[in-house]
Amino acid sequence: MPVTIEIPTAFRRFTDGTPKIDCSAATIADALNDLTTRFPALSRHVRDEQGQIRQFLNVYLNEEDIRFLGGEGCTLKEGDRVLLVPSIAGGCA
Amino acid sequence: MPEIFQLRCRECGKSFENSPRSFCEECFSPLEVAYDYDSLKKTVRRENLAGRDFNMWRYAEMLPLNKDFVAPNSVGGTPLVPARKLAAHWGIENLYLKNDAVCFPSLSFKDRVVSTALVAARRFGFTTVGCSSTGNLANAVAAQAAQRGFDACVFIPADLEPAKILNTAVYGARIVRINGNYDHVNRLCAQIADKFAWGLVNVNLRPYYSEGSKTHGFEIAEQLGWRLPDNVVVPMAGGSLIGKIAKAFHELVILGWVEPKPVKFFGAQATGCSPISDGVKRNLARFEPQKPNTIARSLAIGNPADGPFAIKLIRESGGWAEDISDPEIVEAIKLLAQTEGIFTETAGGVTAGVAQKLIQQERIRPEETTVVSITGNGLKTTDAIVSEFPVTEAIAPRLDAFEAYLESQFAVATAAK
Repeated sequence: MPVTIEIPTAFRRFTDGTPKIDCSAATIADALNDLTTRFPALSRHVRDEQGQIRQFLNVYLNEEDIRFLGGEGCTLKEGDRVLLVPSIAGGCA
Repeated sequence: MPEIFQLRCRECGKSFENSPRSFCEECFSPLEVAYDYDSLKKTVRRENLAGRDFNMWRYAEMLPLNKDFVAPNSVGGTPLVPARKLAAHWGIENLYLKNDAVCFPSLSFKDRVVSTALVAARRFGFTTVGCSSTGNLANAVAAQAAQRGFDACVFIPADLEPAKILNTAVYGARIVRINGNYDHVNRLCAQIADKFAWGLVNVNLRPYYSEGSKTHGFEIAEQLGWRLPDNVVVPMAGGSLIGKIAKAFHELVILGWVEPKPVKFFGAQATGCSPISDGVKRNLARFEPQKPNTIARSLAIGNPADGPFAIKLIRESGGWAEDISDPEIVEAIKLLAQTEGIFTETAGGVTAGVAQKLIQQERIRPEETTVVSITGNGLKTTDAIVSEFPVTEAIAPRLDAFEAYLESQFAVATAAK
């Protein structure tokens, strides 16, 4: 499915400044693979040594954290937006 | 180290110059402020504190402040209350309440973190500051921005308690209500910080912001006569405070201001939003995010940024984490008020209720010294308990009316038996 991946500023030094890419992917995992294939330098920043999405990197499908959607196996439909957001904020105690 | 403090990645250890950033460019883990403790040990003396006011700035050398720093306000310096009646009720001996419900200016411990964040905001040249908030932080940012001459713009979930919204609006801050929960607000703020040159205290100023929490811990140790407690019970939302209290105790040991001692850290959450306590109890390598559903909205963070660190700290210290239901939160608020005269918000109810549970589980022993952190004021969340106290009938201003009233109350009380 044609989807858009939005890339945070902190990642753009690995994407030649590209802020978003369009790709065709059936799942979040496919989309991330497409992203890191195009920009191999990004790969180790997206996944840890065990191949898991890094603990402090949140991935959203449209408005929802993918962990509520079954993880990176969740399926995509045409026009979906995939967001990568570092887990930096957090407020209370 | 060019300055006595700088930023360092909590995972990979990479160092960064002081700047408005909060995550590592290599592994995207959070950054924190690291100090040159060898230099600190040579320059800082516990005796120097004697002539200073009792507020958070008395520990200035252990905070990320400029060399020419002048205390901008009086924040912190809250009471450590020996809670004898509550201790007796719970069947323990040495119980203290660290009462940040009376922290100035905005009546929560968030005044501490905003204080250090705004010093950093000034240093980095921001004129607009803001935050994502469940309420208390917005209050603190709005109050101190007004006091220290910043424009303020805060982002909150649309369904926040009216008192918390009012307590932000009154200071003249711009309030942006977001249709979503705190985690949605949080994500938006991460994107805003990515795009706008604003000082968002808990986003791009987060390492400096969270250092302010240490003063809660410094004060506990000093108020105990420069010693560490056996246990601390701390509310957890993003999971930051508990780690900063641990860091404060650790630094006091490094400086030789207190004797080293194992302290057990206990975390408190509401069952309706308990990703960290769930992670501790199930010994998860990674916590599972939750959709919050609790009256303790100031703790309603389903995707806590510091959750992994909180879980690790709690387990390594030999402590534990627990959570309680909304009715239990209300009962704990009433118990704290009716035994110790402290009116706390829902987060304080969570902490007190969890402390009670931990005592019942015998994870906290009667003879140990236990400190319970009360972090916010009950006047901000009156809607959570208002149904507990229905308005009573008024009587005429006559003695016979009062006597009739007494009789009716006696009849009610007798019937109840």
